[in-house]
Amino acid sequence: MFRFLLYPFNLLIDSLEGVGRYVELMASMFRSLFSWHKNLSLIVDQMFHIGVLSIPIVILTSLFSGMVTSVQAAYQFESGFVPNWFVGSIVGESILMELAPMMTGLVMTGRIGATIAAEIGTMRVSEQIDALESLSFDPVSFLILPRVLAAAIMFPILIIIADCFGIIGGLFAAVNAMDVSHLEFIRGLRNWFRPWDAWFGLIKGLFFGIAITSIACYQGYYTTGGATGVGRATTATVVISCVAIVFLDYILAAILL
Amino acid sequence: MIEVKNLFKSYGDKGVLSDINFSVVQGQSVAIVGKSGAGKSVLLKCLIGLVKPDEGTIYIDNKLINTMSFRQLQKIRSNIGMVFQFGALFDSMTVGENISLALHKLTKLSDDEIKERVFNSLKDVDMADTEDLMPSELSGGMKKRVGIARAIAAKPTYLFYDEPTTGLDPVMTDSINRLILKFQSTGKVTSVIITHEMRTVYDVANRVLLLHDGKIWFDGSPEEIKNVDDLVIQQFITGNSTLV
Repeated sequence: MFRFLLYPFNLLIDSLEGVGRYVELMASMFRSLFSWHKNLSLIVDQMFHIGVLSIPIVILTSLFSGMVTSVQAAYQFESGFVPNWFVGSIVGESILMELAPMMTGLVMTGRIGATIAAEIGTMRVSEQIDALESLSFDPVSFLILPRVLAAAIMFPILIIIADCFGIIGGLFAAVNAMDVSHLEFIRGLRNWFRPWDAWFGLIKGLFFGIAITSIACYQGYYTTGGATGVGRATTATVVISCVAIVFLDYILAAILL
Repeated sequence: MIEVKNLFKSYGDKGVLSDINFSVVQGQSVAIVGKSGAGKSVLLKCLIGLVKPDEGTIYIDNKLINTMSFRQLQKIRSNIGMVFQFGALFDSMTVGENISLALHKLTKLSDDEIKERVFNSLKDVDMADTEDLMPSELSGGMKKRVGIARAIAAKPTYLFYDEPTTGLDPVMTDSINRLILKFQSTGKVTSVIITHEMRTVYDVANRVLLLHDGKIWFDGSPEEIKNVDDLVIQQFITGNSTLV
């Protein structure tokens, strides 16, 4: 009974301890930022894994996000009070500001976050991280920095790709589902377009990228307990990253808009 | 020279090491033995700075390592080769890359010299021509030998072995013991071997420390440990679980 009452307090203390360790790890990562050039090949390698190999899944999800937005906008416009060309505005703004960064973030949590947590977690439980340290390597600048830096560079690029394919998907669906021509769709798109909206999406992508990879690296780095621990770290990465994305989404909107 | 004074380490409420004191002189081969969970691996990790002790001091070549910054530790570690229990090979790299990684970091050798050093290190452990294999293609014994090749490649003056023969068949155990002896025979290497295999102790060590209840229970030569009239020691060396 007493243990049951203490549970929330223990949970709070564990969470605060976790936040402290995460901040400490990030601080040592930022300290090793100055030696990024020593691990350039690793950064390029990670850019390929995080960025280039994710392009197909990002194209697929953004394409369908755009199409769904178009179809749902068409459904709302059935009343006839709103001109059909407005669909271009709706698709453009939704994709640039919300759907492209959010969908990319969530997809990348599963694809990249889980992979990184499992990879680093396995290295931890099989003593590979200890081996790195014993060989005079700094595991933070060797394992964590390249991944976070690569994500910070590649996520905005992935968002640009998601923006393009989301709008193409929206255009395709609008032309097929509604009586809207290409030109009308583009007119709607241009009517409400503000460059800041596109920048806002890219900034969100940058933050999501850093959040996903740093959470995954943290979970992997502090993995304990063999294969079960690796599984726990992977699950925690996906759950915490998804929550972090939604949280950052709100915070950035509140600050930047 | 390694000097450990008043070392304490605990995890939560569980005390692992309690008031550990010993020193290892240059060229010595010390086996640290004890039951599973006795704190042997923790002690070895303390020696290389991978685990921070709660109290006490560790000196390597008269340098206090437990208050060192990461940079200072890197310098000390460049002189230490560590062999991990299961090899701890980087599984995204080939055998050759596993060994050359340390050489690129720790030495100023040219690419050709590194290639030659990798070849020679693998030859020393009877693993020649395996440079291009991945760790997943190796057996347990082969992984341990590659782990040894990685540790010796930079020609360190200290070699730390964490259970180098555990889980191996008798022939492979003998082969690993001979390797340890071979590096030891140069006279330039100081070895610390964590093991619970008495055969390894008799074959390669010239001094034994037995850890029990977090303390050093015995400190002497392999010949002396055989004749000590102590139930804990006799139980360990005979493997008779009914003695204590």
